[in-house]
Parts: sequence; structure tokens; C-alpha cells
Amino acid sequence: MAEITMTQALNLAIDEAMAEDDGVFCLGEDVAAKQGGGVFKITSGLSEKYGENRIRATPISETAIIGAAIGAALAGQRPIAEIMLMNFVGVCMDQIVNHAAKLRFMSGGQTPCPIVIRTTTGVGVGFGGQHSDMLEAWFAHVAGIHVVTPSNAADARGLMRSAIDANDPVIFIENILCYGLTSEDPGPGYRVPLGKAAVAKEGTDISLITYGRTVLDALEVAGDLEKEGISVEVIDLRTIAPYDEETVLASVRKTGRAITLHEAVRPFGTGAEIAANIQEKCWDSLKAPVRRIGGTFSAVPFATHLEQAWIPQKSDLAEQIKASVGKA
Amino acid sequence: MAEITREKLLDVYTRTMKVNRTDEKFRELLMQGKVAVMYYCVRGQELVSAAAMAALEDDDYVVCTYRGQGEQTAKGIPMEKWWGECLGKATGTCKGKGGTMHITDPDTGIMVTTGVVGSGIPIANGLGMASQNNGDGRVTLVSFGDGAANIGGFHEAMNMAQLYKLPVVFLCQNNRYGEHTAYADHTDSVDIHSRAAGYGMKGIKVDGNDVNAVYPAMEEAVEHARSGKGPVLVEAMCYRMMGHFFGSDFSYMPPEHLAEMAAEDPLPKLRKVMLERQFTESELDAIVDGINAEIDAAVQHALDAPLPDTDEIYKDVLEETA
Repeated sequence: MAEITMTQALNLAIDEAMAEDDGVFCLGEDVAAKQGGGVFKITSGLSEKYGENRIRATPISETAIIGAAIGAALAGQRPIAEIMLMNFVGVCMDQIVNHAAKLRFMSGGQTPCPIVIRTTTGVGVGFGGQHSDMLEAWFAHVAGIHVVTPSNAADARGLMRSAIDANDPVIFIENILCYGLTSEDPGPGYRVPLGKAAVAKEGTDISLITYGRTVLDALEVAGDLEKEGISVEVIDLRTIAPYDEETVLASVRKTGRAITLHEAVRPFGTGAEIAANIQEKCWDSLKAPVRRIGGTFSAVPFATHLEQAWIPQKSDLAEQIKASVGKA
Repeated sequence: MAEITREKLLDVYTRTMKVNRTDEKFRELLMQGKVAVMYYCVRGQELVSAAAMAALEDDDYVVCTYRGQGEQTAKGIPMEKWWGECLGKATGTCKGKGGTMHITDPDTGIMVTTGVVGSGIPIANGLGMASQNNGDGRVTLVSFGDGAANIGGFHEAMNMAQLYKLPVVFLCQNNRYGEHTAYADHTDSVDIHSRAAGYGMKGIKVDGNDVNAVYPAMEEAVEHARSGKGPVLVEAMCYRMMGHFFGSDFSYMPPEHLAEMAAEDPLPKLRKVMLERQFTESELDAIVDGINAEIDAAVQHALDAPLPDTDEIYKDVLEETA
């Protein structure tokens, strides 16, 4: 099997879903061939194949983009809306939170809202305070939405197909720094179910629960610590909300220790929710307090050394793992 | 403009009175304390809603607001389901989980009722986009007030609808108040419909209290949208004859405004037109009697209906919980 990048994986997943179902269409800023197929080229080549009605390049109008996706979904279509960068969701939160997430419930199940909202973000590329934030916790706090993020190309392909299949809104977060990652191509039709975590590395001493780009950091640190005799289990949530509680709790019951890790800022983050849940449900198995690691509680800074200092540090992760297992 | 046919006039009259009798009944129940829920009165705006719904086909889509009783009942939501929802009963359109501000009934094309001013406007574009994508020939009509024309989503949606020539009718019911704020205190431009020109869109201003003006205008707008020529912004001038919501103070409305409203009340004007077109008093009264009987039966059905099961709070969150 050939290798594919995450960019190719996402493009292939969208392409095959559009080929299979005429109701699947994309809308967003700059997504068609005339504009270059999207700023990160995820929809490259698709408007040539499916026409400009199914790859709709939109004005810079996030509220109108999400509103249109919602309306089309209510009429039975399966829109994939692109919000170019995750911070721009601030423009259209009413449509996502008050409408997309709630229309199934408020209508008593009559109007499910199957939309995929693709969005990109990531710290480490010098985009500064308004183009870098991981805002998954905002959506994880709202009933009626799936929040998904892949950490590798194969999962990206499989999660995107499952997101398009889903009969509810899915916030699909892509990390800029992960677009170039390569995996063996899992092939057409491949799906990773929503709500199912992956054990990215098995271990016995501590469970490291993370998702997205920080899975790479977690695996690197876990590999280094293996040489020092510390066995770290790395859980890649893949779906952040509603998350795979069963896999997380089973891992913690096995290891007796846990750390949550995310790029998003630490206070009130998803890690806090997961840590609280572990302490409620695995108290008798715990050998140490659950620790949380996240980004610095400030805006993402511009200067490279500041930005690098802002990100959760691998050295800190290693130290906290050692402290937790009592080998600091 | 051709004269409205007698058949269509009767249709508009019937829908208008259905809206009006529903509004009167709702206020009566609230006054009597038999019901205690949020209700946004539509007194004064009955004709605009009725004319708009009469200009649509049964399978056309509608998006409306919390002040959407007019669109909902005039489009034809079965009365028992409508009252069931307003009373929070299991028999309601949404099993009692939506309520007066979120009535949804896809069977009659009522796709979204939003409680957020202006938020339905961008959603209407999506319904229109689906119709454009799959060629089903439907028109989507979205109703909102003058206050909604100042929210950002209005501007975004107008521009996008015209860009794609979507089959959408934007119906601004200019009832002269945005919540408690008079038109002149929230908007300096003299009207809303002229904004259409700024988007390259067709705009129509019409007297919403005159059936001979408002019905033909709605028909023209719907036909324009359906023919593929693109969206239309209709500004129907009307009056909100009561406060923002039932029970709210409206002493802020100046006396001269109240006098102007009373003089322009669409209901006596409509009855006059009906009589001019050779409908008899007894024919018109019989229609209202029939509507009253239907409403009374529906209200009783809703009052007697069971409450939703408590475990409904866990259902319909995601498909997995359906």
C-alpha cells in the first residue's frame, strides 16, 4: 500500500463520499479551483470533478456558511462546511451552538442536523493570537455535537468518512502541523468509528490521555521513558466528545495513574473533565493524583521562542510522568 | 396587477382568521391563568403571515421566529399538534421539547422556528441551496422583523443568497418595533427593502394591512424566487399592536402611534374587501365559527394530553440517544 499525507487522506475521504452520495457537498472560503482548492488544498481538484454547486466557494461570511450548511442538512443534504481557521468559529457560534447542536433535540427528533464543520488550527507556525487556538472545549461543553481530531493520516481518512456518515453535527479539527504526516493508505471506504479511542502505545505504569498533534509528543516521550524503565500507555482519543470513556477508564484501572495532555489551555479544558471523571470512577485504582498538562493560559504569542515556550513542553511531560510514577 | 381571484381571497381570509383566532385564544388562556408560557402576540400582523403562506405551495419551506404563530398556523400545522407543543405536551409537534419559540413541523414545511433574532435568515439560504442543488423547485420563505435586519447574519445571508441566486424570499415584517425599541431609535435609514439594492437583489415594499397589495406582492416574490431569478427582499409594513411578548409593558408606544395602528388594523379592512367582493356577512361569520370550533377542540385536546416522559431529557441529543 502507498503512503498518503493527512492532506491527501482528507481529500480522498471527501472525494469518495461525494462520488457515492450526490447530497454531499462542500462550502467555505476559497475552496474551489478558482481560489486554489482551499488554503490548505484539502478540496483541491474537487470543483473540477463535481462542479461549483457542490464545491461552493463562499464570501467571507462564517455565519452565512454555517447557516447555509444547517439549512441544507435540514433538507436532507450532507454539507461539509469549512471554517478556515478555528478562531473564526467565534463569528458563527450562534449558528453552531444554538442551532446545529440543538435542532434535533428541540424538534423532538424531527430535524437532525448532519453537518461536518472542518476547521484548522495549531500552535507552532507563527500565526499569533487569532489563528492558533485549540477551542475543542467550547464545543465539548455543548450537548448535540461530536468533536473529532485525527493525529495521523489513516485516522484522518477514516474519521472524515465517519463524520460525513454521522447524522449529527461534527466539529472536525485539523492541526496545521499534522497535514504533512504520512501513513500507509488504509484504502477506499475506510472508516474509524466516532467515539472510539485508539491505544496508540500500550503500557503498564501510567495512562497518558491525549489527542491531535500532542499524540506525537506523547509517543516520543513514552519512547524515551521506556528506556528508563517507565511504561507509558498512550491513549489517542480521536473523538474528543463524546469521548470513549470505556477505553480511558479501562486503561487507568490497569495502570493506576493518569495524565491528560492537550495543546488547548489548561483551565477548564477537556483534560479537567476527563481527570474529574477518572477520579470519580477509578478512585480505588488510583495510585497518584491525576495530572493535567495544557497550553499556557494566555493568548498564543507570535515570536518563535515565545510560541515554543507557550506549548506544553515534552520535558515537562517527562517530568510529570516521572513524578507521578514516583521516579522523579 | 391582476385582481386576486375570489378563491384565493377566501383562502387568504381563512388563513388570516385562523391566525387571529389562535392569537385571541392564546391571550384568553393566558389572561385566565389556564396557561403560563412565553407567547409573542401577532395581533396586527395576521394578514402578512396569511398572505405569505397563501402564496407558497404546500411543500415549500418556511423559517420563522418566536413571533411565528402566524406563519405556523397559516401554513397548516395541525391545530392539535400546535397547541400541544405550546402547552408543553407529549402530543406537541416537538414532544413538548421545543415550545412556543421552537415550533418545528417538517410535514407542513415549518423547518425552523428560531428564538434568536435574525438567526433563521442564514438557515433559509441552506434550504434554498438544497433546492438549487437537487432541483426540487421549492421556494424557502424566511420571516423576520425590522429588528432582525440589523444583525450581522442578515447582511451575510443577503449577500450570499444573491450571489448564488437562491430561491429564497426574505420577508421582513416591519412592525415598527425591535423588541421595545421603536424603528427610528434602532435604524436611521427610512426603510429596509432599499437595502436589497445594495446586494443587487430585488426589493419590494408593500402595505401589509391591505390584502390587495400584500398578496400580489408575495405572489410576485415567490414566483421570482421559484423561476431561478434569485431571492427577493419583501418589506411588509404592518404594526405590532401589542407589546413584545404577552404581558409585557407597552406604555412606551406613543398615543399617536396607537391611533395610527387602530386606523390601519388589517382585519376590518380585509372584511371590507371581502364584502366588496360579494362574500356575505354570514359566509364570513361561518368561517370564523368553524375556526373557533377547531381551535376550542384543539385546546381541549392539548389541555387533556399527557406530559412528556421525564426521560425525554436524555433523548434526541444525538442519534445514539434517539
